[in-house]
Amino acid sequence: MSSSLEQGRIHDDELEVLLGDLAAQYGYDFTGYSRASLKRRVNRLSSLDKFPSFAELRYRLRHDSAYLRRFVEEITVNVTEMFRDPSFYQALRQDVFPVLATYPLIRIWHAGCATGEEVYSTAIILQELSLLHKTLIYATDINPAVLEVARKGIFPLAHMRQYSSNYLEAGGRNDFSAYYTAHYDHAKMEESLKARMIFAAHNLVSDHSFNEFQLILCRNVLIYFDKLLQDRVFRLFDESLEKLGFIGLGAKETLRFSPVASQYQQQGKEKIWRKIK
Amino acid sequence: MAQNKVAERKRLVIIGGSAGSLEVLLQVLPGLGARGHFALVIVLHRKSSTESPLVDLLASRSCWPVQEAEEKQEMLKGHVYLAPADYHLLFEADGTLALDDSEKVNFSRPSIDVSFESAAEVYGSDVVAVLLSGANADGVAGLQRIEASGGLAWVQDPSSAAVAYMPAEAIRAGAFSRILSVEELFGFLKNHP
Ligand SMILES: C[S@@+](CC[C@H](N)C(=O)[O-])C[C@H]1O[C@@H](n2cnc3c(N)ncnc32)[C@H](O)[C@@H]1O
Repeated sequence: MSSSLEQGRIHDDELEVLLGDLAAQYGYDFTGYSRASLKRRVNRLSSLDKFPSFAELRYRLRHDSAYLRRFVEEITVNVTEMFRDPSFYQALRQDVFPVLATYPLIRIWHAGCATGEEVYSTAIILQELSLLHKTLIYATDINPAVLEVARKGIFPLAHMRQYSSNYLEAGGRNDFSAYYTAHYDHAKMEESLKARMIFAAHNLVSDHSFNEFQLILCRNVLIYFDKLLQDRVFRLFDESLEKLGFIGLGAKETLRFSPVASQYQQQGKEKIWRKIK
Repeated sequence: MAQNKVAERKRLVIIGGSAGSLEVLLQVLPGLGARGHFALVIVLHRKSSTESPLVDLLASRSCWPVQEAEEKQEMLKGHVYLAPADYHLLFEADGTLALDDSEKVNFSRPSIDVSFESAAEVYGSDVVAVLLSGANADGVAGLQRIEASGGLAWVQDPSSAAVAYMPAEAIRAGAFSRILSVEELFGFLKNHP
């Protein structure tokens, strides 16, 4: 019998063994991740890196901590864009930021920020509302490699057309190209946008609350977690959110079935909730 | 006789399509009737997320409830689930649906291959997958996996397809067990237990 990886697929029980190893040896606990997606990612990585068998993938992970880094980078999904779901950003601009404007210091947490496109989007709106100077944006992710990209703020120029149209759809009124300088095939975001950003590694599975915020944005991260882990993360967010603060989720995520649901009220039809108790 | 029926019963029917497939769906969905004990999942290539009228359009032709799939939603028989724009739709072993916003596959998200492969993985022989009209080859690899896992892999007769490329590619790859017309697909949805 040929091993499953030769057909490009890991068995359910093998995946559990792997997750057990990672948690025990490195403290990276992926056991709360949704299996369908996780399995696809592991299969994709095994075929990219041409592991002839499950045993070899397992061996490599156990004995090569540098490979662990690649594993974490590759099995997390880091796809993102600027002003993703423009109507969401329009709601931030029109409904959320005017409320936050009354605070002397605004603290925002982007949890699972990936390469940072959303963080720059938020900063652009805040700058246009003259709020950026009194805002701190904490942007965190489990994956150090994407944080490095986010810190640099250099994105593929080819994407800017799409981002510019998202920006306009989200209620932006300026010339979007004023926010970056083009360098060959890259766009370097305006330095002034970065001044109020703080990037740090933070694992939503195992790390704790580190501040109190008035707005927490965590979009397209919870879809990768099972219900139990989602509930843990909602409690973490609740601990980290001031009363009357806001939580923004991805287009397909909801706070409705979480243990904190009764303290929150959805704002309009966007995936934005306010902490009312 | 009755036992045969039970043996043939599939819990999941999944239909994938691209250009020219919406018209086919609008013709076959009225076939869904009281008999069906399966869930129907539809994966269509869509332009953008601002098209939720698509759900309404499909719902107008179906007496089964039609909705965009939500993450962790339990899949029920007698319901139609549409893959949302910009997410891949996957299946979990516990009968729930999962969403994933990873890289596009075949320039598509949702990708038909991704959903077919996941259905093959979880449902094995308990699935019928149908590939409709379209202009790219998304779905062909997925059909192969459905076949290999013991499920039924069907393609729309390219001569009846508005854009023949997608079903023709599946046939060229040998990734099918049956070629069927729009009327036959209608009849299947109507009569499948
Ligand atoms: C699909 S991206 C979402 C990016 C962005 N928020 C958006 O919606 O466009 C998901 C991000 O969540 C991060 N992530 C996954 N597991 C995490 C965890 N346990 N803790 C923190 N971040 C995590 C991934 O590294 C990835 O960058």
